[in-house]
Amino acid sequence: MIDKNLVREIIAKRVAKEFKDGDVVNLGIGLPTEVANYIDKDVEVILQSENGFIGLGPAPEEGKEDKDLVNAGGKYVTMMPGGACFDSAMSFAIIRGGHVDATVLGALQVDEEGNLANWMIPGKMVPGMGGAMDLVVGAKKVIVAMEHTAKGAPKILKRCTLPLTAAKEVNLIVTEMGVIEVTDKGLVLKEIAPNTTVEEVIAATEANLIISEDLKVMEL
Amino acid sequence: MNKIKTIDEVMEFIKDGQTIMFGGFLAVGTAENIVDAIVKKGVKDLTIICNDTAFVDKGVGKLVANKQVKKVIVSHIGTNPETGRQMNAGEIEVELVPQGTLAERIRAYGAGLGGVLTPTGLGTVVEEGKTIIEVDGKKYLLEKPLKADVAIIKGSKVDKKGNVWYSKTTRNFNPIMAMAADLVIVEAEEIVEVGEIEPENVVTPHILVDYIVKGGER
Repeated sequence: MIDKNLVREIIAKRVAKEFKDGDVVNLGIGLPTEVANYIDKDVEVILQSENGFIGLGPAPEEGKEDKDLVNAGGKYVTMMPGGACFDSAMSFAIIRGGHVDATVLGALQVDEEGNLANWMIPGKMVPGMGGAMDLVVGAKKVIVAMEHTAKGAPKILKRCTLPLTAAKEVNLIVTEMGVIEVTDKGLVLKEIAPNTTVEEVIAATEANLIISEDLKVMEL
Repeated sequence: MNKIKTIDEVMEFIKDGQTIMFGGFLAVGTAENIVDAIVKKGVKDLTIICNDTAFVDKGVGKLVANKQVKKVIVSHIGTNPETGRQMNAGEIEVELVPQGTLAERIRAYGAGLGGVLTPTGLGTVVEEGKTIIEVDGKKYLLEKPLKADVAIIKGSKVDKKGNVWYSKTTRNFNPIMAMAADLVIVEAEEIVEVGEIEPENVVTPHILVDYIVKGGER
């Protein structure tokens, strides 16, 4: 069992490699936010924050917080030079209108068809979908960044059992065990983490996995 | 025409059973002083339209905690455990709306549209009971407009005519809500002279604002 922090670091580092110079990206709350820490210095990624701006920067130094500048989680943040503010209708027109290249979100469950469940557990946790449903439908590429299992139970399933966030919108799943692409034929294991075997990935996944003929080791 | 009023004066417009829109995202950009005055006034059975129910002690969450709300139409309640508790106890009705859909439903009313067609929510519980319309082979949900009796918005700078400028992320739902209610009250962090906000920097034009209340920094 590897350390929890290392697991998150592996996932965030690998997701960060998905972006190219000039991409507009929305990072979800939690683990996806950490992706920003690992983006290559030569790659300029413009982060969109659905509460109403582009040019999301790192957390401010203590004492330099601006009460008017928060991210979608309500945390104090900074704005990069050239940032721009807008209202919520514009923010979601940007998202839904296909002007965001990629969104990175966590998941409770994801399945063989690219269905995603990440907004509620009936009877237990009903926080609301916030902006997730629009992001998953609107972003050109939907990347799920999550731990491969939850307390040992698979999260990558044949079919999601929880209420969906969106149907058939996920493109890529990145976990600490590997990188899985959602294709018309099913889920394709494209990369595998160092020191992990294909058998271990299959054992931790309920969905059928097609093993890529060109299976690579995850570069971190 | 003098639009500037005291908070006590605008409270006469706030009544039991009203539908009220509040700008703000996790209470950033919410008119906190007006919320406090509504808590003090104690009106009941409100329907609140807001991005979220903020926190128990911040933003519209205070109205929920004070049991003044019978229904909320929001995208998120996760930061206010009291909303969830009241929902599970059957004390409050919660209509969860995807954030972008919420924005467009409000914008639609303010823009005189009969609704919007959005792909968001297709294949999820959000589509239950809604009309699906196919346009050029693509499916969309018909989402209907949202209006309110009163919109309570927060401006960082408001001139004496009612032109509003919003600082950074305080803008969020405020400008669209200013178009979707019968009565619009803006809480100004700072009231400035007419002309101090350059016309091209006005985000909400004064014709949309009925009353201005001085709020100060919060």
